[in-house]
Amino acid sequence: MAVVFKKPEALTDAPLHYCPGCTHGIIHRLVAEAIDDLGILGRTIGVAPVGCAVMAYDYFSCDMVEAAHGRAPAVATGLKRARPENIVFTYQGDGDLASIGMAETVHAATRNENITVIFVNNAIYGMTGGQMAPTSLPGQVTQTSPYGRDVKTVGYPIKVCELLSALDAPYYIERVAVNNVKNVMSAKKAIKRAFQNQVDGKGFSLIEVVSSCPTNWGMTPEKALKWVETDMIPYYPLGVYRDKSKEAE
Amino acid sequence: MAKVLMKGNEAIAEAAIRAGCRHYFGYPITPQTEVAAYMAKRMPKIGGTFLQAESEISAINMVYGVSSAGLRVMTSSSSPGVSLKQEGISYLAGSDLPALIVNVQRGGPGLGGIQPSQSDYFQATKGGGHGDYHLTVLAPASVQEMADLTVKAFDLADKYRMPAMLLADGTMGQMMEPVELPEDCVHTVEKPWALTGTQGKREHNIINSLYLVPEQLEQKNLERYEKYKTVEQNEVICEEYMLDDADVCVVAFGIAARVSKNAITAARAKGIKAGLIRPVTLWPFPSEIIKKTADKVNGFISVELSMGQMIEDVKLAEECKKPVTLCSRVGGMIPTPEQVLKAIEDMEGGKI
Repeated sequence: MAVVFKKPEALTDAPLHYCPGCTHGIIHRLVAEAIDDLGILGRTIGVAPVGCAVMAYDYFSCDMVEAAHGRAPAVATGLKRARPENIVFTYQGDGDLASIGMAETVHAATRNENITVIFVNNAIYGMTGGQMAPTSLPGQVTQTSPYGRDVKTVGYPIKVCELLSALDAPYYIERVAVNNVKNVMSAKKAIKRAFQNQVDGKGFSLIEVVSSCPTNWGMTPEKALKWVETDMIPYYPLGVYRDKSKEAE
Repeated sequence: MAKVLMKGNEAIAEAAIRAGCRHYFGYPITPQTEVAAYMAKRMPKIGGTFLQAESEISAINMVYGVSSAGLRVMTSSSSPGVSLKQEGISYLAGSDLPALIVNVQRGGPGLGGIQPSQSDYFQATKGGGHGDYHLTVLAPASVQEMADLTVKAFDLADKYRMPAMLLADGTMGQMMEPVELPEDCVHTVEKPWALTGTQGKREHNIINSLYLVPEQLEQKNLERYEKYKTVEQNEVICEEYMLDDADVCVVAFGIAARVSKNAITAARAKGIKAGLIRPVTLWPFPSEIIKKTADKVNGFISVELSMGQMIEDVKLAEECKKPVTLCSRVGGMIPTPEQVLKAIEDMEGGKI
């Protein structure tokens, strides 16, 4: 019988622990497909974050290291400097990358560190049970913003792609989503490109994936994907924020 | 090999390079910045990495990355900066990764001062960050030892897969002395656990300190402490000075030991039999020799640049057999030989 669909080589057989309806599974697969497509599995090293994806080291079949909260870009910097011939990626959530790890993120970007950053933005701290994230929307109700995010007291969400594209150095920055088939296909292309950039020695590539968290948003998976479309994407517009390959033309 | 005149901080840097370290990450802080400055000059010339990190936290996590890749790597800082590194040091210990962390101590707490201190003894020898762990801690007392113990620290780190700390102080970092630099050494420790990419030839390696199953985490801790037991049995280094016939035993490390030697010479001139135990490894601590010495001497004096930190380990080691007093200055001050001599005379005269 012809095989028409199979698990990417870059994923292990370990069952994912993610909640029903969570989009981490899709994003893991897209990362794995990119690694497979580029034929770089044997030389890829992944850096797992602290947050929902903390156990990503069990799911990707390449060499993996688990970093302290927010420190993945620094750990990736060390790995890449030590082994420039390897392909190094980080996989981080919004609390990890845009709150506790903001300094590491900005400085890896401004060094144009030749790494690939997969940034999953679901506007909430999932692993700890649904607290306000740096990317939680104005008015968003979470465990630590029970009356809704009040921008007067806790400020506005951080738009990571916009912020990083203010820097001169980073090579490629794009925001994608995985809430429908069309967006998943675009996300796949963007993630593959972010790895290709590193293979080509171009430097820092970050793909922000607008994601959903049905459990902590208190929604059905279907409603959560709808909310991505109606609330998240208008605040976090999809698109390419930096593409130095174009600038060079 | 001919001796060269070098600053302590520079001796650390050059010795690290000769020990095969090609990756250095740091952040400026007095009084250790010469280490970074030296690396900034040398590393680009020898195909190594010098990177001034955005913070101490990033620096130690870059160290974590290089160590995960299986290569020799170091960072250096001074007290407030080393506090910032503690998270990363705990992760290094929890992931069983070798690395060298240099602390050229200055006075504290808080921002403290920039003059020499030994008040990070607890932090260095008891773990420092969260969780149960130890570092091997080496305390140089000369520029020569700044170089020699740097090499030793890398070797111990690789041998036992645990981070090592060189615990110096501002005087050791800033003073110049003749030093015979180590030969370039070839380190051959196999690191099958390192992240190199699977190359399609093996299962994936995972560097990790997370164990959500309590039985597994307990087991990891127990195994690590078995390893620590081996280190304690095999790796204690200490210098004994005029100890054979001593009635009063001074215990001191680093700059405090050098001051104490002068005081001991002066005491001997006055007919008081004083001697010295100088721990070179602060962890593992030379408890056995102190315990044995307790049967021969009238008491111990712990000479420290702190409010009394090592004294607790001296007391634990000698098991309350003899009195132990503290002779110290803090805040960047250093005890004079006269102050130590007075402490020796007080103990000899029973005035304690």
